[in-house]
Order: sequence, then C-alpha cells, then structure tokens
Amino acid sequence: MSNIVEFRRASFAINGRALLDDVSFNVATGETIVLLGRSGSGKTTTLKLINRLLEPTSGDVLVDGRKTTDWDPIRLRRRIGYVIQEIGLFPHFTVARNVGLVPTLESWSEDRVKQRVNDMLALVGLEPSRFGSRYPRELSGGQRQRVGVARALASDPAILLLDEPFGALDPITRSEMQKEFRALQKRLGKTMIFVTHDMREAFILGDRIGLMKDGRLLALVSADEFGKVDHPEAKAFAESCA
Amino acid sequence: MSFFDFMWTRRSEILLLTLEHVEIVGISILAACVIGLPLGILMTRRPAVSRPVLAVANVLQTIPSLALFGFLIPLPLIGGIGTRTAVVALVLYSLLPIIRNTFTGISAVDPAIREAGRAMGMTDGQLLWNVEIPLALGVIFAGIRVATVIAVGVATIAAAVGAGGLGTFIFRGVSMVDSRTILAGAIPAAALALIADFGLGALQKRFTRLLSLVCVIGFAMLVPSCSSQDRIVVGSKNFTEQVILGELVAQQIERRTSVPVERKLNLGGTLICHEAMTAGQIDTYVEYTGTGLTAILKEPPSNDSMRVLETVRGLYKTRLGIEWTEPLGFNNTFAIIVRKADAEAFKLKTISDAASQTAKWTAGFGYEFMERQDGYAGLAKIYNLRFPGQPRVMDLGLTYKAVAERQVDVIAGNSTDGLIDALGLTVLEDDKRYFPPYDAVPLVRDAIVLKHPEVRQALRELGGMISADQMRRMNYAVDGEHKDVKEVVKQFLESVK
Repeated sequence: MSNIVEFRRASFAINGRALLDDVSFNVATGETIVLLGRSGSGKTTTLKLINRLLEPTSGDVLVDGRKTTDWDPIRLRRRIGYVIQEIGLFPHFTVARNVGLVPTLESWSEDRVKQRVNDMLALVGLEPSRFGSRYPRELSGGQRQRVGVARALASDPAILLLDEPFGALDPITRSEMQKEFRALQKRLGKTMIFVTHDMREAFILGDRIGLMKDGRLLALVSADEFGKVDHPEAKAFAESCA
Repeated sequence: MSFFDFMWTRRSEILLLTLEHVEIVGISILAACVIGLPLGILMTRRPAVSRPVLAVANVLQTIPSLALFGFLIPLPLIGGIGTRTAVVALVLYSLLPIIRNTFTGISAVDPAIREAGRAMGMTDGQLLWNVEIPLALGVIFAGIRVATVIAVGVATIAAAVGAGGLGTFIFRGVSMVDSRTILAGAIPAAALALIADFGLGALQKRFTRLLSLVCVIGFAMLVPSCSSQDRIVVGSKNFTEQVILGELVAQQIERRTSVPVERKLNLGGTLICHEAMTAGQIDTYVEYTGTGLTAILKEPPSNDSMRVLETVRGLYKTRLGIEWTEPLGFNNTFAIIVRKADAEAFKLKTISDAASQTAKWTAGFGYEFMERQDGYAGLAKIYNLRFPGQPRVMDLGLTYKAVAERQVDVIAGNSTDGLIDALGLTVLEDDKRYFPPYDAVPLVRDAIVLKHPEVRQALRELGGMISADQMRRMNYAVDGEHKDVKEVVKQFLESVK
C-alpha cells in the first residue's frame, strides 16, 4: 500500500515558537488516521501543513510523493476536502451553492454541478429539494455539519481533512453523526485525517490513532494497541473515557 | 403669495436645478466609487498602503468646502469654473467614507470563513469576489450612502463656483435676504438626500452587476459636459447687483452680437471671479474700480475716481491681459448702514457722528470687508470706532437681516443696495472720504477683444448708462419685489434704448 501523505521530520514555528516539532509519519491510501490531543497540541497545524495553508519551517510534507511546496497550492487544495466546524460554511451562499463550490471553481458544467450537489446532499442524508435552496442560518447545527461534509466530498477528493467537525454539536447529535460518518467512511474508502480531542470519537472512527502533545506526535498506533502506550498523556485520555 | 404658490411658479427652475444637482452628485459618487472601492480593496491586500491612504483621505475631508473650491479654481484640467470643479471637490469629499468602509468591511470578514475558502482552493481573486466583497457589501454600501448624503449637502456650495444645482437658490436667497428662495433650494436638497439614502438602500439588494453598468453611464455623461465651444462666458459675484449686472452684460452681448453667451452668475466672490478671469474660465464680468485697485492689485487706496480708473486700466492691461471698458455710471461704494430709528434717535448723519455710539454697538460685517485693505481695520482707525467686542462675521446678505432684526447695530453694505430702504435702514455719510471710489466697469479679456471686437463694442455702449438711483431701483425690484432678474434687465434695456 502506497503512502498518500508523508511527514518527514516536519516542524512549524511561528515567531520562534514551535507549534509542530519534528513530526514524522505516513498515511496509507484509504486509511483513516485520527489525531488526538488537547487544544494547542499541534493537531490543526498538522492538517494545515497537508493542504499548504501553512508551509513547514523545516522538514517536508509530501502529498502523492511530492512536497507540498512543489505543488500549485490551488490544485493541491482542490484535491483535498476540508471540513471544519459549522462556521466554515459561507453564510451568503445557499446550501446548494456551498456544496457546489469547488466543482463550480473547477468549471464543471451547470448540469453536472447540480447532479453532484444532489448526490452529495442525499449521501449525507439531506433531501436536496428541501435543503438545497436554504441558507446555512436556516439549518440546525447537525444539518450544517452534514452540508460541510457534502461540500468537502463534492469534487471527489482523494484525501479528506476533518478538523473537529462534530465539536460544536450536542452529545446526541454528535453520536448520531459519528455512526453515520463511520458508515460513509466504509462506503467511500477515502483517505481521511481526522482531528479530535474526544477519545471516544477517536476509537469509533480511527484505523490508527495519533496522540499529540506540545507539537510532538507521541504515538501512532491502532485502536487496540492504544491501551499499551506507555505515556502519561495516553493514560490521561484513557481515564477521560472511563 | 403663499409659499406653495412661490414654489409652484418656480417649478420648472426647481426641477432643472434639481436635475443638475442629481447629475453633479451622481457623477461624483460614481467617480468616487471607481477610485475608492479599488483603493479600499488594495489596502486589505497591502496593509502598508492603508495608513497613508487613510491619512490623505482624512485630511481631504477636513478642508472646508469653500476653501477647497478656492484651491481648485486656478488648477489646470481639474479646476476652473463649473461642473468639473464641483465634481472634483465632491469626489475628494466622498472618498473617505467609501475607502474606509470598503477596507473595514472586508477586514471584518470572519477569518474562519476566509480560511475555509482558501482551504477549498479558491484563488485570492475568487475569495475576494465570491466571499469577501459579498459579505462586506452591507458595510461598503453604508459608506456609499454616507458619501452620497454628504455630497448632496456639499453640492449646494458648488453653486459658488458656477456649477449650478440647488445651491443657486440658496445663494440667491441669502443675497436677497429671502427665506422662501433659500427654502426653494434647501427643501429639494434635503428631500434629495433622503431619497438617495433610501434608494441606495433598495439598490443594495441587486448590487454587483448594476454598479458596473451605472459606472459606464456615468462616464458617458461626463465626457460631453467637458467639451467646450466658441462662446462668451459671463460671470458675476454672488450678490443681487452683480447678478443683475451679469445678466445686463449677457443680454447686451446677445442683442448686439451673434456670439453665443453662457452665464456663470453667482460665483462666490471677488477672488473667485478674478481667478476665473485669469484662468480663462469666464470672459467678462463687472468689477468695481476700488475693488480692482486694492483687493486684486494690492495698491494703496485713493479717493480720486479718474485716477483709480486709469491705474487699474493700465495695470490690468500689462499684468493680466484684461481690459476695463467704460464705467457704467454709478459708484457702488461701501456704505456704513444703521437702522433709521437709531439714526434719528441719536441724530447720526455721518460716520464721525457714529463714533460716539459704537462703544454700545455690535458690528456685523461680511467676510470680504474684514479682509480688505480698504475694509474694517482702516475704517476703525480713521474714524476712531471702538466696539465692545469683535465684529460678528457673516455672509454679506445676512448682515442686512441681522441689523434689521437688531442682532447687530451697524453693518457695512453697498450704497446701491435696494434693501436699505426696504428694511428701514439708512446710510451714514463717509465724511472723511475713507472709502475709495467703486465705479462699476465691465471687464473683458484681451483674448476675447482680439477674437470678437464686436463684444468690446457692445460693452462700451453700456458706458454711463446706469445711475446710482437706477441701480438701486433695479436692486429693489429683485430684492424687495421679488421680480425676475431677466425681466428687470430686459425692461431696463428697453427703457434706455
């Protein structure tokens, strides 16, 4: 299995302060990695290095075997879906326009965009005829999050980056979304890198779990092996779950 | 005549001036958008630019409007007399709210939304047009609305540089001391501001395409208004007698020659008329010998009217290329004016008599009188006038009303002013002959004399035609009886023919 994303001793510092410190790992095609850690541990920085919203200050990040700094950033980002908390939707676009954004930027024909939007909305469980013409403010938090996922999937990207997508949802909705997302994951078989601070969520969704603290990747292991990780941070997360 | 009748009889003029007003404001705001919106956007991309740009726009905003017009008149291309100058000034005033709101509106877009756009692979241009501008549109539009309302107000002052618009009524009303005429300009201007604000609010909903369309139309309108042709431009200062004399000169040229005449009456004062003459923006206006001598040439005052005329004639010819034709026949000297009741009570006939009373008086003078060599300072010295406080400085036209309503006790007006009798005022004699002679004489640029000698001939024909008495009567016909200037002048020319 080839590595679709590779971190090679990548660091990122801003004003001399390291947000990410000498991180190396590989992500295999089709795999789901969950990055687990507290706020400020470097999870979001890791994601932004992949789609070149940030560039490593030392080391390299490779996508499809090419350094991100060698990619045209626009082309790179359109191959990578990005889901953030509900605020990432454009408030002045309808749901359909939000979902169809990247295909439109890629100059797909109008009919094809429309078809794609309908498929994606149906995929995330929103009836296109009912929701397509609404604005984000007219939706519930859970519905907005589904739209966010549909938007990220619309251009059929090889990689999906998800930054605490369910973080702002109430516990019941979050639990439903996690289950649905798990099913969706199986169906689509895409490479996903998912950031969360919720241990339970990491266990439900991750093939492997990467534990982060203070800009370092402490461990990257399968869910079964997570219990064996000998680090106080791992124990702290395990306890948070008990 | 009720106010409504007054407005109704002038409806066509009100409509015309309102349209002029709309045109000036419309073109200005469009041009300000064309400059200000890109500048505001550039500032969000190059933060280093934002400080100097905002500083300059701020300074422009603080220049008093009449002063700005004064600066612009002598400038080539953007200056001069008329619509173009007014548009340039209004554009400069409108820039600040437009630039600032564009900048703040775009800067205030939620960074998370901007990042989401970037993460999805939007280019900077796509982010700007599809996300940032639409989200900032409310704030940007608020800036345009503020700019428009300000421009509607400032545009009334543009009448002082001959740009027309509703300010024409206001200036005329102030010089005639007629509040109905002022309201005929002020009410439509206020209505216009409200309508513009409301209309832009409605427009906001269907913005983007529309703006570019309107821009094109605006420029198409601007181009023909800049073109010029062979014609004589007649100017005048902004008080009744000057407007009458301007009209008189215009009608005289029209009836004696075939050269087309354009009127730029009601310009904002001596210096503006003079600047306009030297810049070739107007070709002729009526000036007074004493004013030419002291205010323009900065020569010491003199009491000999023949010598004054010879001096100004010689110096204007050599220094400025402007010809003084023949004196019209009356001397409009400054007049120190008090209420007739006061003059009778204290037995005042001369300014010397008044010196004993001034310690109890408040004086009200126009701006020019305070500044001029032959104005207030010299007068107070020669007659030993001592006032308890500084004179109240106000528009010349307002001084008559102020003295009649007892807000001030003595003013400096013009000896030919029709309002003197109408408001129950009287002129104190200049017994020490302080004021130099102010014989009214039509001026004409040498360039016009060369090109159209028949115009000079027509102006010379007016020599000695108007006595002080006749001038006062014409002034009163306009100021006191609210007759139309054109009609008054026409009747006069027919009566002396």
